[in-house]
Amino acid sequence: MAGEIQNPIIRVRDITVQFGTTRVLDGLNLDVKRGEILGFVGPSGAGKSVLTRTIIGLVPKVAGSIEVFGVDLDASNTSQRRNVERRWGVLFQQGALFSSLTVRQNIQFPMREYLRVSQRLMDEITIAKLTMVGLKPEVAERFPSELSGGMIKRVALARALSLDPDLVFLDEPTSGLDPIGAGDFDELVRTLQRTLGLTVFMVTHDLDSLYTACDRIAVLGNGKIIAAGSIADMQASQHPWLRQYFHGKRARAVMG
Amino acid sequence: MNSDPKLERIAKGNALALCATGTWTASFAPVLERMVADAEKLAGGSQSIFIDVSEVAKLDTFGAWLIERLRRSLTQGAVEAQIAGLSANYSSLVDEVRRVRATPVIDTGAITITGMLEQIGRAVAGVAGTVAGLIDMLGAVLAACGRVLIHPRSLRLTSTVHHLEQVCWRAVPIVVLITFLIGCIIAQQGIFHFRRFGADLFVVDMLGVLVLREIGVLLVAIMVAGRSGSAYTAELGSMKMREEIDALRTMGFDPIEVLVLPRMLALVLALPILAFLGAMAALYGGGLVAWLYGGVEPEAFLLRLRDAISIDHFIVGIVKAPVMAAVIGIVACVEGLAVQGSAESLGQHTTSSVVKGIFFVIVMDGVFAIFFASIGM
Repeated sequence: MAGEIQNPIIRVRDITVQFGTTRVLDGLNLDVKRGEILGFVGPSGAGKSVLTRTIIGLVPKVAGSIEVFGVDLDASNTSQRRNVERRWGVLFQQGALFSSLTVRQNIQFPMREYLRVSQRLMDEITIAKLTMVGLKPEVAERFPSELSGGMIKRVALARALSLDPDLVFLDEPTSGLDPIGAGDFDELVRTLQRTLGLTVFMVTHDLDSLYTACDRIAVLGNGKIIAAGSIADMQASQHPWLRQYFHGKRARAVMG
Repeated sequence: MNSDPKLERIAKGNALALCATGTWTASFAPVLERMVADAEKLAGGSQSIFIDVSEVAKLDTFGAWLIERLRRSLTQGAVEAQIAGLSANYSSLVDEVRRVRATPVIDTGAITITGMLEQIGRAVAGVAGTVAGLIDMLGAVLAACGRVLIHPRSLRLTSTVHHLEQVCWRAVPIVVLITFLIGCIIAQQGIFHFRRFGADLFVVDMLGVLVLREIGVLLVAIMVAGRSGSAYTAELGSMKMREEIDALRTMGFDPIEVLVLPRMLALVLALPILAFLGAMAALYGGGLVAWLYGGVEPEAFLLRLRDAISIDHFIVGIVKAPVMAAVIGIVACVEGLAVQGSAESLGQHTTSSVVKGIFFVIVMDGVFAIFFASIGM
């Protein structure tokens, strides 16, 4: 147990991912510590989503190793892998809610698969999760096509959290939300991280999110992590892209 | 580190304490739920109860909610219940769970006889709606045709050619193969049964009339409904789902003109061509079997065929093709544009596009049969 606290929750070593002849990730190393919110930034098309999807196992890698919760995902057998998958939740960019299921069924879907819980408890936990992500219980019987963009993100987060994971991946959680909604969402992630003791891996473009929600920031460029550290470290960095990103017009507006 | 959760009852003078220990997480939910239900019953008689959670090793939303459920049900039973010994780590989680409103009873909608009858009634009433939708689409397509005739430049030629390639050129191999095989089977069956009466040669009459009048076009139309009708519905449906059709509308384009008309034109042009090729392939297959299996020489086959069929048979068949194509296209487009937001709806409409397409093709065939019989063709 003591070892697990000190070891990073995600340990990525020398990951290389290639699509055809284009090398998207090139010998990338990254650690995510237990209990932190890691903001992951980088230019569009740099491969942020690719890295997320590689860690989750949706994109095959050419070389390198990935350990999550101390389990090497390549060397693990099916039951170990299922065990890891049960402990993480993923929020996809578009929500990826099952369109033929209601919100309630969407949230209960992983519970049915992994837990043996009575229907009553599942219904109650569903309402609890919806309340946690700031939605009313009435939403439960709606279908995803009847929800607004912000609600879809919240429901998707509730589904990602339905098994009380230790780790959540958020792929651009605030994109497509209005600034107030995005701010609420950042706060929500913060609150949930505190209450549930989550570790959060957040791909984002939102400077506000970086300032308000993230403990640490990692920057992706040229297939590698160019910088990792606190927001102050990022601002002090001399890297041209970072300078532009953190000292550009929008960054100044955020810092006020 | 995971230890079985327990909920022990300790009497402290007047007050009762329930002492929770172990791991209160989702994995133990069935055990936890039973313990909590038991504790709810045990509480009778005492005035106040402490729920001591100081010994809980691990707590998640499931565990926190079950403790909260216990507290609520005790409070409802006029017992003063308090949660004590909450560690700082978990207090915010318990606070969060406390904010949850009592769950409304969710009606899952049991299946009843009246409900089933209601569904049948709605389905029957829906038939009128379906027909109206088809007529509506037919009108819209004809109107778009009219506009294109006035301004020929507004025809989307590239799109039409693209769809023509998809539904005609790429369909040729499968259509030819299947009709060829059907021709073979008809000839083989015909020879097998006609031989008993010594009427081998009449198989050519049967094959010619059947293929040119009915099988050629009907079979090809059914194949096209399954192959291209479903593709149209799926394409338009997924565009509808992703608001692409709304985007077209806002840019001032008419989706009928941009999306439906090229598809309809391609289908109306494609089906006669495919029906012709299909009929030829079936005749060829039939002739081959007649020769190899029935011993009818090719020359004899052709001579007999020339006597047995006239151009009327061919016209009767081929005239039906564009009409059937229009029916398939309209059904497919109506279904495609009726898709709602979910993947399930896309599947439903694609299925019903094929089913309705084939149904209407057969109905049309029957109508044509009556028509041609009454004009003596």
